[in-house]
Amino acid sequence: MTTTIADRRIEDAGLEAGIARLTPEKIQKTIQAVLAGEGGARLKTYVETCVRCGMCAKACHYYMSHKDPSYAPVGKVRQTMWEILKHKGLVSPEFIHQCAQIAYTECNLCRRCMHYCPLGIDTAYIMTFVRRICHKLGVTPQYIQDTAHSHSATLNQMWVKDDEWIDTLKWQEDEARDEVPDLRIPLEVEGADFMYSVIAPEPKFRTQLIYQAAVIFNQAGVNWTMPATPGWDNSNMAMFSGDMEIMGRIEMAHFETAQRLRVKRIVMGECGHAFRAVYDVGNRWLGWGMHPVPVVHSIEFFWELLNSGKIRMAKKYPGPVTIHDPCNVIRGRGLMDKLREVVHAICDGVVEMTPNREHNYCCCAGGGVINCGPPFKNVRIVGNSIKADQLKATGVKTCIAPCHNCHGGLDDIIHKYGLGMELKFLGDIIYECMEKKGAS
Amino acid sequence: MLELYALAVGPLAWLAFGVFVIGSLARLFSMYSLAKKKDAAFLSYMTWRYSLRSIFHWLIPFGSLGWRENPALTVVTYVFHICLFLVPIFLMSHIVMWDTSFGFTYAALPDGLADGLTVAVMVACLFFAWRRLSLPEVRFVTSTHDWVVLVLVLSTFSTGFLAYHQIGDSLTLTTLHVLCGEAMLIAIPFTRLSHMLFGFFSRGYIGSEFGGVRRAKDW
Repeated sequence: MTTTIADRRIEDAGLEAGIARLTPEKIQKTIQAVLAGEGGARLKTYVETCVRCGMCAKACHYYMSHKDPSYAPVGKVRQTMWEILKHKGLVSPEFIHQCAQIAYTECNLCRRCMHYCPLGIDTAYIMTFVRRICHKLGVTPQYIQDTAHSHSATLNQMWVKDDEWIDTLKWQEDEARDEVPDLRIPLEVEGADFMYSVIAPEPKFRTQLIYQAAVIFNQAGVNWTMPATPGWDNSNMAMFSGDMEIMGRIEMAHFETAQRLRVKRIVMGECGHAFRAVYDVGNRWLGWGMHPVPVVHSIEFFWELLNSGKIRMAKKYPGPVTIHDPCNVIRGRGLMDKLREVVHAICDGVVEMTPNREHNYCCCAGGGVINCGPPFKNVRIVGNSIKADQLKATGVKTCIAPCHNCHGGLDDIIHKYGLGMELKFLGDIIYECMEKKGAS
Repeated sequence: MLELYALAVGPLAWLAFGVFVIGSLARLFSMYSLAKKKDAAFLSYMTWRYSLRSIFHWLIPFGSLGWRENPALTVVTYVFHICLFLVPIFLMSHIVMWDTSFGFTYAALPDGLADGLTVAVMVACLFFAWRRLSLPEVRFVTSTHDWVVLVLVLSTFSTGFLAYHQIGDSLTLTTLHVLCGEAMLIAIPFTRLSHMLFGFFSRGYIGSEFGGVRRAKDW
């Protein structure tokens, strides 16, 4: 069935309030400024050379779930950027609502479509550009805008106060010392081998992940630290809301915190979008070709710890398990082989999904979509039945997903489609099954 | 009609080739300047190694996920593009014209084969037209522009085919064939046919991002 975005309008406080302030003339002025300032050869080439072949349709999990062309990558561009350019930005407020709904909630910026387009057209970039326009117009979904506000005010995503951060780490240290008496969560250690950074949801409601990481690092005997100042959060929702200025501030704070601590590198927790922000986006905005401090994702760090024998598994996690490849560390960093080596080292029996590795389907939560909150929850669950089919076809009951957003997205899909699977981080399994010397 | 034919193979041919060559160069140059001015931070990630790696994989039939998932389109696309270049360049009647005008020749395709390849292009055009009409994901994004470009290619090859087989008035068809071909050349730098110019760069750029930064394949 063919529909358009107008057939599936969703009310959102942020979008409604945003468009209420606009007129076509105001919209045009802003769009022309954004196009003149930021639109360059990439946008021009992509829009001009796209031959409208529709090959990219099958790349997108939304299309594969709905089989509706308005969800195909090129279908989304047709309903947004092409129209904007055709009308030279003179479009209605309602049209901007549609643009925002498509760009923020119907595209995860997962970059799978680049494996389908012979011309290499980066639809994720075009959708990011549409988001940028929407941000400049003040038309952003309320929930993701709230996270951007939090980033702006606190430099973390979840309004975690400065003292709450330290308090949470001390609390987890206390808890963990019941199990491993000599465990520390070292704060502000200058010259440590690495700074461990996490996303704000960890101190906020997934504190056990900090606990687990501390136990793993303790057992590995590594020299690490966490900052006691803002700059500890590696997540970056401003990157997805289109607020590149705040995006840059967050990344600068993160890198400068690592530099202040004189660490040799930054090791990041199991998060995908945060990795994208630090590894691929923030550095560019700030003018670094790569990073001022080397950036390592947990997958790679666990791989190092296992390969160097710093941690050993007391037992293997009973399988079979399947592996979900998070877009931002697989298509975004090529960690598919290391991920598999780690999983094979810690689990008994792996059943691969099809397709997998760089071709894996997205969880449908990333790219800021899950952060657009409850009004759009069903968009990403109904829009990813293809992932449910993929998970179900493995026939296994455990799925390893080394990414927070993927956990959020997959968890909802597993419940909705009654898959009865459990989700695990690598850290969950390593913590559970590793040798723990000196542990009570 | 004879005057029109003379105009078509004379001044208009110069014009068409001129617009095609100069227009293409101008567009490539202006796009490069724009990229340097506005996308410098991204242009700097382009590398020969990963650009060519990506282009290489995408030039192999079924060498990428996109090609594999669209098998019929893949076969037709390859046949279409190969014939689109082979036939005009290596057709005996075209080489004769180079010889008459400039006195140089080179190996030609056997007429029978060239004829078959011409039919292949026409069938491919019909296949593309069928896709635009029948597949919802293609119909949804198809505009007049796409039809104009498709009709331009189909008209060029079908008038050539009819002229070769002496079906209909030979002079009229030959003249039409020349005019259509010239229109196609002129259209290349200024329409979606410009993917012929820019496609390698956009593929090369994304290949560089995937290869050099993201360390993942993009095919």
